[in-house]
Amino acid sequence: MSGSKVVQDMEQSTSLLSVKNLRKYFPVRGGLLHTVQAYVKAVDGVSFEVQHGEILGIVGESGCGKSTLARLIQCLIEPDAGEIRFAGQPAMPTSASAFKAFCRQVQMVFQDPYSSLNPRMNIEAAVAFNAIVHGNSRTTARNKAWEVLRKVGLRPEQFGRRYPHELSGGQRQRVNIARALVLDPTLVILDEPVSSLDKSVQAQVLNLLQTLKHDLGLTYVFISHDLHVIEYLSDRVLVMYLGQIMEMGSTEQVSTAPLHPYTQALFASTPSMNPDERLDRPPLMGDPPNPMHPPSGCRFRTRCPHAMEQCAATSPPLLQVGSTGQYVACYLYSDQTAPPGPPLHPLSSAGEEIYRMSQ
Amino acid sequence: MAESAIIHVTQELLEGPAGTPMSYWQLVWWRLRRDTVTLTAAAVILCIVLSALLAPSLAPHKPFEGSIRKRLAPIGTAGHLLGTDEQGRDMLSRLLFGGRLSLLAGVVPVCIALLAGSTLGIVAGFMGRGVNMLIMRSMDIFYAFPSVLLAIAISGALGAGVGNTIIALSIVFTPPITRIAESVTTQVRGWEFMEAARASGAGTGAIIRHHMIANVLAPIFVYASTLVSVSVILASGLSFLGLGASPPNPEWGLMLNTLRQSIYVNTWVPILPGMMIFLTSMAFNLLSDGLRDAMDVRL
Amino acid sequence: MWSYILRRLLFGIPTLLGVTIIVFTLLHLAPGDPISSMLPADAPLEVVLMIKQQMGFDKPLPVQYWRWLTRVAHGDLGNSLATRRPVLNEIRAALGNTFLLAISAACIGFTMGVTLGTTAAFFQGRWLDKAVSAVAIAGVSLPHYWVAILLIIVFSVTLNWLPAMGMQETSGGSSLWTLLRHMILPSIALSLIPMGVITRMVRTSVLEVLQQDFVLTLRSKGLWARTVTRHVMKNAAPPVLTLMGLQFGYLLGGSVLVETVFSWPGSGFLLNLAIFQRDIPMLQGVILVLATFFVMLNLLVDIVHSCIDPRIRRT
Repeated sequence: MSGSKVVQDMEQSTSLLSVKNLRKYFPVRGGLLHTVQAYVKAVDGVSFEVQHGEILGIVGESGCGKSTLARLIQCLIEPDAGEIRFAGQPAMPTSASAFKAFCRQVQMVFQDPYSSLNPRMNIEAAVAFNAIVHGNSRTTARNKAWEVLRKVGLRPEQFGRRYPHELSGGQRQRVNIARALVLDPTLVILDEPVSSLDKSVQAQVLNLLQTLKHDLGLTYVFISHDLHVIEYLSDRVLVMYLGQIMEMGSTEQVSTAPLHPYTQALFASTPSMNPDERLDRPPLMGDPPNPMHPPSGCRFRTRCPHAMEQCAATSPPLLQVGSTGQYVACYLYSDQTAPPGPPLHPLSSAGEEIYRMSQ
Repeated sequence: MAESAIIHVTQELLEGPAGTPMSYWQLVWWRLRRDTVTLTAAAVILCIVLSALLAPSLAPHKPFEGSIRKRLAPIGTAGHLLGTDEQGRDMLSRLLFGGRLSLLAGVVPVCIALLAGSTLGIVAGFMGRGVNMLIMRSMDIFYAFPSVLLAIAISGALGAGVGNTIIALSIVFTPPITRIAESVTTQVRGWEFMEAARASGAGTGAIIRHHMIANVLAPIFVYASTLVSVSVILASGLSFLGLGASPPNPEWGLMLNTLRQSIYVNTWVPILPGMMIFLTSMAFNLLSDGLRDAMDVRL
Repeated sequence: MWSYILRRLLFGIPTLLGVTIIVFTLLHLAPGDPISSMLPADAPLEVVLMIKQQMGFDKPLPVQYWRWLTRVAHGDLGNSLATRRPVLNEIRAALGNTFLLAISAACIGFTMGVTLGTTAAFFQGRWLDKAVSAVAIAGVSLPHYWVAILLIIVFSVTLNWLPAMGMQETSGGSSLWTLLRHMILPSIALSLIPMGVITRMVRTSVLEVLQQDFVLTLRSKGLWARTVTRHVMKNAAPPVLTLMGLQFGYLLGGSVLVETVFSWPGSGFLLNLAIFQRDIPMLQGVILVLATFFVMLNLLVDIVHSCIDPRIRRT
């Protein structure tokens, strides 16, 4: 995506994490000889920043690319194009030791409390493993593990030797958090950490996350499909749809006055307890389109009540609206109809080819 | 599977949230202790193995001596508890000594195949893509043969002898174990905790050692244990055809073959070696079933 | 779906080639000169060398392999060293006999297996289930060659109801009834292992389907037992059918032992004979034919499975 005001804004920033024009396309093979037939454009030109000490919430439906984005930031998978900078330095690790150093700073809490813990390792060992990997002796690692387990509210004397199958979902998720925190990271990526938990347990875990952030001075990137959770926890919100950012801004702005039609529909879709707020028809119709063949131009135009002619031609760039740091990718708010130019930042060779193919 | 679910729930009821937690292997042992059938099977196998090992002390006669005058004596003859074979040799002694070769030819190939198959399968599963295709397609070629046929073909090519039987059966059992190992490794590789392990910055070696091996070996081992009963039958079957142990060595399958001609004279003595094969195979089958149920992991 | 079938067929070709390589290598790895089984031990050296050259044994192995492969592709499996007759003819006759046995054993084993397995699944946990499971495990643990001998002891030697050997009476009568009489015992012996395997698989498969929610839904709608059963069986069928296909392949290849006991003139019997006479062309021919059948059977089973199980539709 070009001409993005976001990217221009990022030239002079001291953010903790900055992502520019990130792309990840997954090849889909099929047919007689297993040739590549199409690409799933999981992340297609995403740019944003995360400041020290803030909680950035990323919200979107299933299949919008949130989890892929999380793994790209954690450098578990390599992007096809774009750049990630952490604390001013390029984050793409070039060697195993560089990757290790990166992992000390950036950690991830995974979504499924059931499969994200090794069933054959007890809690203590699972948490201490991270510390051992980074050179601590067994005793130091165990002490660190105990310390961090206490912080998440699990008494290590009681829970240390237990196995994942002996814990409840909420407890397992706490272990997940403990495992991410044992290395004292700066940035924690949370990929739908409370989605599989009951509501009552969700509240506990969310409160724990807030306390930990405050006590340890952490920065969060919090991914969820649940709007209430995002509203509750985040400082800023980023709305994704089919691999692209639709809207970005502070939680207050986005939740009280959403600009993008998609965001508006999302917030209108959450059922209200108020019987007078009944809707005549659902605000969002139909299913999200196939990520292998997204609509041309603006991806949301097939479900958008305000779709215009130019929406089908080119994708609207992410532009700032007003001066309060709210960005929207929608032609309703921009008077720019300039055709797209070349991308601002150098792409990898694979990325270039993919970019050419997608034009 | 329903039984294991019940065992799991009962355990939780017994222990409660503040109970002493069990490690995985303690859990397995706890389940096994309650499974009477499996315990009986294990006891039977122990008896058979011990009697084979202690054959020299237990056997009343030497397995190779016999006089033609006493041939095919019925069960219960004085001095020969289980009768004599067609050359007048004591059946009890030959059965005891026969256990050695039969058990050897049955168990050793599975152990060898376990080693070879696990290594190949884990490497294939972990490396993926090219290496995976190479290893798995090679194994597929062996899958093109029914196992009995392959065993006979290899045995026939190599010649008679227990050693060759062991080699042949090891080759026959390696592809299925490789397949299971590869499948389990691929599955485990996709679990989130493997991603979490990578996100900790650990190198490939550490990840495999600490996280993968323990999760992968258990299913492979359980599968291999189900192969032992098949191996015992096949090994004795090869000797039955004359491809394994050669006379005058005592081996159950071979004894079955040589006694086969004599069923018109003494009906019951020829049944005994087959009975031993059956008992051993059945016991291993029950044991492996019980092991599989006990080692079922609750995720 | 057609691309899946085509791809599967395509992959079958290197497998077959691999099979031929293994068959060829095995028998050339065998200790002992194939020549020595053809000529007397004290044959003069020139004769030995001449025969070697004639049969092509002096060429390097890959060349020998290629020549052998081209001949095989044209249907010439060579002549048996023992009978001097073409191998293919002998195999054709013998294979037919084995097919007879395999099909009847399959019928017995599969029917018994499905019945027992379904019963066990529907009566899960009760004594009937345990009894059937015990029978299934016994079926898999019994050495079928031993059972064959037992059957002979009981039905031939003691009761004298059924014959113990061969396909026909020695006096030459060969009616259908005689054939059936000779076929019963070997078929039963051969059917044990497939029966055991299929019983266990059917039980697991049906149980799995029974525990699924949609069965509960059907029953809560008040549907009759028969309708529910039909739905359950349809869903439980695919893995069982695949297994049946595989088991049939094993029956074809694994009938050696039973055929030996009953002196049934099938391919297994031929195989046994060939090993002892060190009849290399016959040995190669039998193994090759059986393996080829097995490969094609597996292919068919795979394709049928992908047709009936909608979950495996490949794009």
